[in-house]
Amino acid sequence: MLIFNYSKAGRKTGSQSPNVSADTLLKSLPANSLRKSKLLLPEVSELEVVRHYTSLSKKNFSIDTHFYPLGSCTMKYNPRICNELAMLPGFLNHHPYAPLQFSQGLLQSLYELQEMLKEVSGMQGISLTPMAGAQGEFAGVAMIQAYHAARGDTQRKVILVPDAAHGTNPATAMMCGYQVKEIPTAEDGDVDIQALQAALGPDIAGIMLTNPSTLGVFERHIHEIADLVHQAGGLLYYDGANMNAILGKVRPGDMGFDVIHMNLHKTFSTPHGGGGPGAGAVGVGERLLPYLPVPVIGCNTDNQYYWMTEQEIPSSIGRLSGFMGNVGVLIRAYIYMRLLGRAGMPRIAEFASLNANYLQAKLKQLGFDMAYPKRRAGHEFVLTLKRQAKTCGVNAMAFAKRLLDKGFHAPTTYFPLLVPECLLIEPTETESKGELDRFLEAMAEILHEAETNAELVLGAPYSMPVQRLDDVRAAKELDLVWKAD
Amino acid sequence: MTMIPDDLRYTKDHEWVREEGDGEYTVGITDHAQSALGDLVFVELPEVGAEVEAGVACCVVESVKAASDVYSPLSGEVTEINDALVESPELGNSDPYTEGWLFRLRSDDTEALDALLDFDEYVDLLAAEED
Repeated sequence: MLIFNYSKAGRKTGSQSPNVSADTLLKSLPANSLRKSKLLLPEVSELEVVRHYTSLSKKNFSIDTHFYPLGSCTMKYNPRICNELAMLPGFLNHHPYAPLQFSQGLLQSLYELQEMLKEVSGMQGISLTPMAGAQGEFAGVAMIQAYHAARGDTQRKVILVPDAAHGTNPATAMMCGYQVKEIPTAEDGDVDIQALQAALGPDIAGIMLTNPSTLGVFERHIHEIADLVHQAGGLLYYDGANMNAILGKVRPGDMGFDVIHMNLHKTFSTPHGGGGPGAGAVGVGERLLPYLPVPVIGCNTDNQYYWMTEQEIPSSIGRLSGFMGNVGVLIRAYIYMRLLGRAGMPRIAEFASLNANYLQAKLKQLGFDMAYPKRRAGHEFVLTLKRQAKTCGVNAMAFAKRLLDKGFHAPTTYFPLLVPECLLIEPTETESKGELDRFLEAMAEILHEAETNAELVLGAPYSMPVQRLDDVRAAKELDLVWKAD
Repeated sequence: MTMIPDDLRYTKDHEWVREEGDGEYTVGITDHAQSALGDLVFVELPEVGAEVEAGVACCVVESVKAASDVYSPLSGEVTEINDALVESPELGNSDPYTEGWLFRLRSDDTEALDALLDFDEYVDLLAAEED
């Protein structure tokens, strides 16, 4: 039921109405600016509103209610304190056009966030302005483009993307007008160096890499790759999707990357996954400093913070939003990082990896097959149900649906594409051993069900508000808009 | 069981090629490919008259699981596309070798043609991927 379906003409919620009469408010507007038709809003009582949204909220399957091991997404807990502090009136009610002398606290927070991100990424400059990961990626590749263009190096039309890179990378390269060439993965999960060497040439603008890759393994030849790409005149782009695995341990700048975007909504624990908005800060090495998107926060010799714009960064790729990114989200990330401190950062990576490796080792013992059984997991790992799909007819999708019945959000399914019948499992550092053990129990139960009663698993889920969705119809006849009769 | 007609040629990326005579070839995706992709919901085909290059992506097939590029098995010019498949992508699932064809092309690319897999080689490839 939609809230509109409860609508009865004349019903309203008096206590929430403005206490100034509408006539008084509207008197100052010219007649031609006033709408003639009625607003198409539902006419419902306060109690109906409360019941409707409370019952919707109870259907949420979220990090606040369930373990959410969605690989490649870092669905970690968002500490309430970050939210609480970001809601302080000084942050919340600040107007973006407020004069600088009234903005010093906010600007200082953002400046310090830039500095901390520089430190953890090993880059020389940071811009916080991208509104989400996709825009961060766009900004990163646009800077690579601007760099080559400024050198008159215009024949570079191709971006290399390993098939184990984050799934969004080819789309970003295409969006920026590049052709995409895929680089295969070697048998051990690392980039196929020979294939990379064969692909490199004067037409290569750069490579987009995720490390650890979407296979959950750390690329061990990253220095060699960086040298090869740089020798060919290309630049290296680091997708920050999996930064949680290396936070405070290894820095992309030290690996040889020229540009990076960081999903603050993943690694730095701001709300995401339908609950966004996101924040996709970009970091650059020396070569790309002149192209950073504006505004960037500067600090002058009098310790006054200010907006650096096109005047100071004339070769900037420009602005990505009206003001500067999603400031409320940036503030949450800032508070999170301040609370962790220098000592806390590496603990994130340590526990994220420990949790992933614990699950991987235990699942192996339970009889599950890993895609890369000889490799240690980063913060996530890929399990393949190819054998179970063949022997019991129970595929990865059925396992994922059955997990919902057992009280767990499903891991990422059928991604990365190069592993058949896979689950990509990322527990994050915020789960306790007890919770991980409950997940293992559920996986063992489902495996047993698959072997003894496949029908049961194939019919799952049984406990959700809806059962199996019609994926085909949803994709072909997507209909998200309510229309009045 | 996956269906593999013995009168077609194949690529290692699971496309099939049927020789129509007069240098014309029909291209589609194999039964194995459609089954791995799952229910198809969207197909993007090249334009008639487009020049395609062997081994370079020229179509996109999108299923409920993923969007995948389809690579042209041969270099040549596209002479016809399967409009019915664009309207009803599910034909690619139900009938990958006949109703579900993707496009036809005119080609004199004998080098790429010779490099295509025959029935036995494709069977071996699938068996190797199964392991």
